[in-house]
Amino acid sequence: MTNIPVEAIGVAREQPYPGAPDNWKRFFSFSTDHKVIGIQYLVTSFFFFLVGGIFAMILRGELITPEADLVDRTVYNVMFTMHGSVMLFLWTFPSLLGLANYLVPLMIGARDMAFPRLNAVAFWMVPVVGILMIGSFLVPGGPSQSGWWAYPPMSMQNPTGNLITGQVLWILAVAISGVSSIMGGVNFVTTIVKMRAPGMTFFKMPVFVWTVLAAQLIQLYGLPALTAGAVMLLFDIVFGTGFFDPTKGGNPVLFQHFFWFYSHPAVYVIILPIFGVFSEIFPVYARKPLFGYKIVAVSALIITVVSGIVWVHHLYVSGTPGWMRMFFMVTTMCVAVPTGIKVFAWTATIWGGKLRLDTPMLFALGGLINFVFAGITGIMLASTPIDLHVNNTYFVVGHFHYVLYGAMVFGLFAAIYHWFPKMTGRMYYEGLGKLHFWLAFIGNALNFIPMHPAGLMGMPRRVASYDPEFAFWNVLASLGAFLLGMSTLPFILNMVSSWVQGKKAPDNPWRAIGLEWLVSSPPPVENFEELPVVIAEPYGYGKNEPLTEAQRKELAEA
Amino acid sequence: MNIRTVLTLTVAAIVLAFASWWMGQQSYTWFPPQAAAEAKLFDDLFSFLVMLGTFIFLGVTGTILYSVLFFRAGRYDYSDGPPIEGNVPLEIVWTAIPLLLVFWIAGYSYQIYEQMAIRGPMELVHLHMPSMMESAYAAPADEGTEPVEEIEVHAKQWAWVFRYPEQDVTSTELHLPIDHRVRLALQSEDVIHGFFVPAFRIKQDVIPGKTIDFEFTPIRVGKYRLRDSQYSGTYFAAMQADVVVESADDYQQWLAMAASTPPQPAYNRAAAEYQASQKALVPGWKTIPPAPPPVVNYAPKHEATSPPV
Repeated sequence: MTNIPVEAIGVAREQPYPGAPDNWKRFFSFSTDHKVIGIQYLVTSFFFFLVGGIFAMILRGELITPEADLVDRTVYNVMFTMHGSVMLFLWTFPSLLGLANYLVPLMIGARDMAFPRLNAVAFWMVPVVGILMIGSFLVPGGPSQSGWWAYPPMSMQNPTGNLITGQVLWILAVAISGVSSIMGGVNFVTTIVKMRAPGMTFFKMPVFVWTVLAAQLIQLYGLPALTAGAVMLLFDIVFGTGFFDPTKGGNPVLFQHFFWFYSHPAVYVIILPIFGVFSEIFPVYARKPLFGYKIVAVSALIITVVSGIVWVHHLYVSGTPGWMRMFFMVTTMCVAVPTGIKVFAWTATIWGGKLRLDTPMLFALGGLINFVFAGITGIMLASTPIDLHVNNTYFVVGHFHYVLYGAMVFGLFAAIYHWFPKMTGRMYYEGLGKLHFWLAFIGNALNFIPMHPAGLMGMPRRVASYDPEFAFWNVLASLGAFLLGMSTLPFILNMVSSWVQGKKAPDNPWRAIGLEWLVSSPPPVENFEELPVVIAEPYGYGKNEPLTEAQRKELAEA
Repeated sequence: MNIRTVLTLTVAAIVLAFASWWMGQQSYTWFPPQAAAEAKLFDDLFSFLVMLGTFIFLGVTGTILYSVLFFRAGRYDYSDGPPIEGNVPLEIVWTAIPLLLVFWIAGYSYQIYEQMAIRGPMELVHLHMPSMMESAYAAPADEGTEPVEEIEVHAKQWAWVFRYPEQDVTSTELHLPIDHRVRLALQSEDVIHGFFVPAFRIKQDVIPGKTIDFEFTPIRVGKYRLRDSQYSGTYFAAMQADVVVESADDYQQWLAMAASTPPQPAYNRAAAEYQASQKALVPGWKTIPPAPPPVVNYAPKHEATSPPV
């Protein structure tokens, strides 16, 4: 695809543009610049990461002793519900969207997203979701206490009898978040399919773009199910319909199908862009081409397809017949194949390279190791007989925190450090970055490894109190959690001080190959004065080949 | 590949294999006692997965660590690594091996699942493939000649009540005869609960409006803990009960004793805590009140007392 829809760019150009590119006020405006929106997403979601983190500290504070003594049980239940909801709907998804927003147009050589205004609308729905979630603390009866799954009939119980409850606000927030994400999905898929620079065929796209495409396709097919399920639940609660209410002939397990049909693939929406980040970062800091570029790219799309037929592994104990348990066991395990291809490809990329352990590389390596561990416990969980014991125990909690913190958050930090010079035009402080990495790596292990043995011994998740036999592992986990909380401080210090007074960054501080590194740091308003013509595959490290036509001419002249 | 590489790789593989085997043996110590036939099957499968997982984890992280230690660029070395873009035979191998492993793990898991023969729920929203269901149902772990013991389990916010229909005995403690196939009929009065006995390694959600049959075979005398495993609201964590596995004689004696005891209220932690919380200085948010303490024949006046594992 080489033609550029000129109209879309025209819309972006006609926007009243407040000031020069380094004017900070534009970050608080309804800007249609994908780079501004990207940073808006990242900063907003990071604020909610801190909010969710404070909830986590309260949870671990309660769990450092077996008795329910720090907070009331209802408060504990609110805390774990809001911890999960805020971390997923207000940190994980928006932060990854922010990264993709910033990088995708730059990486494919486009001047903006396909629908810049839709992009801004999708972003500005995130603060609305946040206000609804946090605002639910103020309604009588408090926020939702039903966990981020909100399984009926428990989520339909309403002790206060009010119409507007925390649960109702929670469902509204989730539905709005779903609509926002569908808007994002439409925008990304269109941008990637239609707006690539001349010469950039699919197999010349960086893997990050492939993984964003794969992830956003999941949003498009999966989110309607969740959003419909949420609306039906809302109707059950507010209007007294009986979709999921067993006393009215409804079926509560049906909700679980709606919920997990999206919410399991959602895990791949989260992890796929991180696979993309790994694929971008390893070649740069190992100075070698990505091993098996094409198969790594295609395996992202294979995951998109397979992830659509695995959701019942969350329902092994919910009341599913044997054949269903067996079928979904096999499909779930099959995810390991395309994932394994990627892991081996990254390992082979590093092998024999010239490694530089800058902060982004440290976070990417740490994230990869954590991900391998999480993948292995994931295969165990896929096995039905294993899941019959460990389902809904702390083993699962340990597993998915290893995915979400160990792999996803690590990958995101790697990306933020790696592209920080591009986004801000400043270098970050390497020493603080390394301190951040080591605190995070040790904190992550100390926090989440002990959850596995606690779960194997039979400690259920979501408990406010537990039996003394689990105390040892919980004390370790709580200490790890506090360390992990502290690890964020050097990061904040680093980001704020570097952005304000860091050393000026050159266009390409990492000697990386990619269109985003050919423009200035930070990039000009519409990215490329002249659209680049791509003539080579990405990751040409050690090959000394030009990436664009302009570079080829330069080389020929020299 | 020269002979030295082959030797190094072989030695590394042997060391890894030994470490993985050791880890697999260790995994047996991570669990509560094996109190049901299903627990033995579970522990064997888990040990196998730990062994495989350890091998893969150490293999991958070992390679990464080796690279980090020995493939570092010098401080002023700005050259690139060798431009290797792939290796088709290698890529085929590392696609085929995980694929085979996956089928191996799935096959083994299926076998274990069949032997466990946990009777799953029979209806709900799902379609049936009766031919496939039967094999899982008709092969109990212990092909015992003894009759199956049928017990009703009633879950509510937040209490467990067990009813022995033949003797019309109710209890808040679940007593089971050893080496008998047990069939529970799980029912919930309000929300979804989860029946979970870690020492048995099995669990099944209890869905309101349905009766779900659930089977297993206890094989070890002792007192174990039953926990609610599906989050069920405010006092979810307090919804526990003791499970007593005893000899057939003791079991019959207990049933006879309970049958001759008039029903009385049992201790219920949720109800007790709720009472206390009404007087608390800083109340939490409003909650669904717990059901009153169950009135049953066998009514312990204390919390669950099963020993720590």
